[in-house]
Amino acid sequence: MCGIAGIIYRNGNGAHRLGSDMTRMLQSMKHRGPDSTGYALYRPPTADLIMRIKLDDGGSGGNGDLEHADRLRRRRHEVQARMRAAGASLTSIDDINEYTIAARLSYDGDLKRLADYVESVPGAEVLSAGSALEIIKDLGDARTVGTAYKLDSYVGTHGIGHVRMATESDVDISNAHPYWAYPFSDVAVVHNGQLTNYHQWRRRLERLGHRFASDCDSEIIAVYLAQKMAEGASLEEAMRMSLEDLDGVFTYICVSEDALGMAKDELAAKPLVLYEGEDMVVLASEEIAIRAIIDREIETYDPYESEVMVWTR
Amino acid sequence: MDTVAPPARFDPRGLVELDERVPGTSEIDGEKASFDARDLTTRQINLELRRLIYELGVREVTVRNPGAKHSLGVGILARCAITFEGSLGYFAAGLIDGPEVHITGRVGWSACENMMSGVCVIDGNAGSLTAAALRGGDVVVHGRVGARTGIDQKGGTVIVLGDAGSMTGFMMQRGRQIICGNAGHGLGDSMYDGVLYVGGTVASLGIDCVPGEWTDVDTEFVTRKFGIYGLGSPPELQKFVCGKKLYNYDSLEPSERKMVL
Repeated sequence: MCGIAGIIYRNGNGAHRLGSDMTRMLQSMKHRGPDSTGYALYRPPTADLIMRIKLDDGGSGGNGDLEHADRLRRRRHEVQARMRAAGASLTSIDDINEYTIAARLSYDGDLKRLADYVESVPGAEVLSAGSALEIIKDLGDARTVGTAYKLDSYVGTHGIGHVRMATESDVDISNAHPYWAYPFSDVAVVHNGQLTNYHQWRRRLERLGHRFASDCDSEIIAVYLAQKMAEGASLEEAMRMSLEDLDGVFTYICVSEDALGMAKDELAAKPLVLYEGEDMVVLASEEIAIRAIIDREIETYDPYESEVMVWTR
Repeated sequence: MDTVAPPARFDPRGLVELDERVPGTSEIDGEKASFDARDLTTRQINLELRRLIYELGVREVTVRNPGAKHSLGVGILARCAITFEGSLGYFAAGLIDGPEVHITGRVGWSACENMMSGVCVIDGNAGSLTAAALRGGDVVVHGRVGARTGIDQKGGTVIVLGDAGSMTGFMMQRGRQIICGNAGHGLGDSMYDGVLYVGGTVASLGIDCVPGEWTDVDTEFVTRKFGIYGLGSPPELQKFVCGKKLYNYDSLEPSERKMVL
């Protein structure tokens, strides 16, 4: 089933309580997916590159494994060494929890090269990279993840979120949404639906040199869009092309550094409710999520089939 | 005195609403009652509606602040009037037989699904699958509706003042729909019977849906329905019916048919 949500504040100065708004929206849609919860949150762009890296799938070795913490420490050290080897200089590194780190880097080379260097450390996976984007995802409902990652105080300009009911692939952090569009900075996607030509597109994109961190069909949307944008398309153009190129049923929300867009397949098989207000645009699989942050009567509607809409902040 | 304690429920993912008690928070005035649903769960709201309508014989209920919750006002099988002041989520007023429901906001997917009789008036927009498998009664949507309105409709009338999405009247078997705005692709796809009236443009007709001949019966029907709900004079409508080409299977495969021709 899965539930997706997106918020973009219309005055994009960044002083909005994005984290707590998103948690409330996702928590109200818990019934659509209790397995894992994820966020892609945007702040005003910085000069640094922010990279969030997962060293291990949470909790996979902790119990009774005395060497586990040691192993993670070695991986963390190794990741830093590889970053430097790729030519990045580390501004700071935060330990978000025992298996996730957030690094701020100064780097102006090829992002793919840096990401590949980091991921050459066994077990390490780049969750997101960009000057404005941070992806946070873990098992459990929105309240659990929001509390564990202290998102209540997160202020930002726009973001998307996802609650997952796993159908085609594992319940773990790698298979949780949102997906970062490796190796393109600041693009992320959440998806509700199933793609039937996943393997075709995965092979095509792999031939172009892209890596896939999961077995989840949704991951190709992020990489597909980013590839089209790298070839010169705008976000909206890339999304329109995806309606033709992707088969199956889908409603997805894609975000970039300064825009947020939605696309719905030609059967309109997956829901999306839209609120376009003066102060913000809010989208969610169910109206109940929009009501969780707007406590008054508002005008909302469902976009029709094959619709693509993009808003900028 | 409680003799046996109810069995303990275990719901590790917290998805099930455990057995609720009737909140009993309504203000009741003779045959009228109202209550605030803001802090109540779906189950509590439906239990309260049942208590008022079935136990206390209330005939007019107003529910304030429904907050787009799902499955409200379902399965009410008595003549009464229910007003929801606000918007509802999925499966609003489904499986009802008798009530006159008025929703002042919008509704999500599958409103009035499997409705047997009664009336449901929605002031705002409605999601997809509105009036799915409708059996009887009238559903009036003042805004626009999503895709597959009246899928598998088996009776009753759907009136939409705005636009309708794709596959409107998909597989409908009986009943009527009046779409005053535009209709999306695949209108009346695979319909067996029934009538679709469309005021605006039709993006495309579905398989075996064809224009029908307008008669006095159609004029009388549309005018009467618009009169009942105070919708003024109806717009100029086109009529679409089933072409009945799919009633019998063609025993030839497409390649064989080419050979015969």
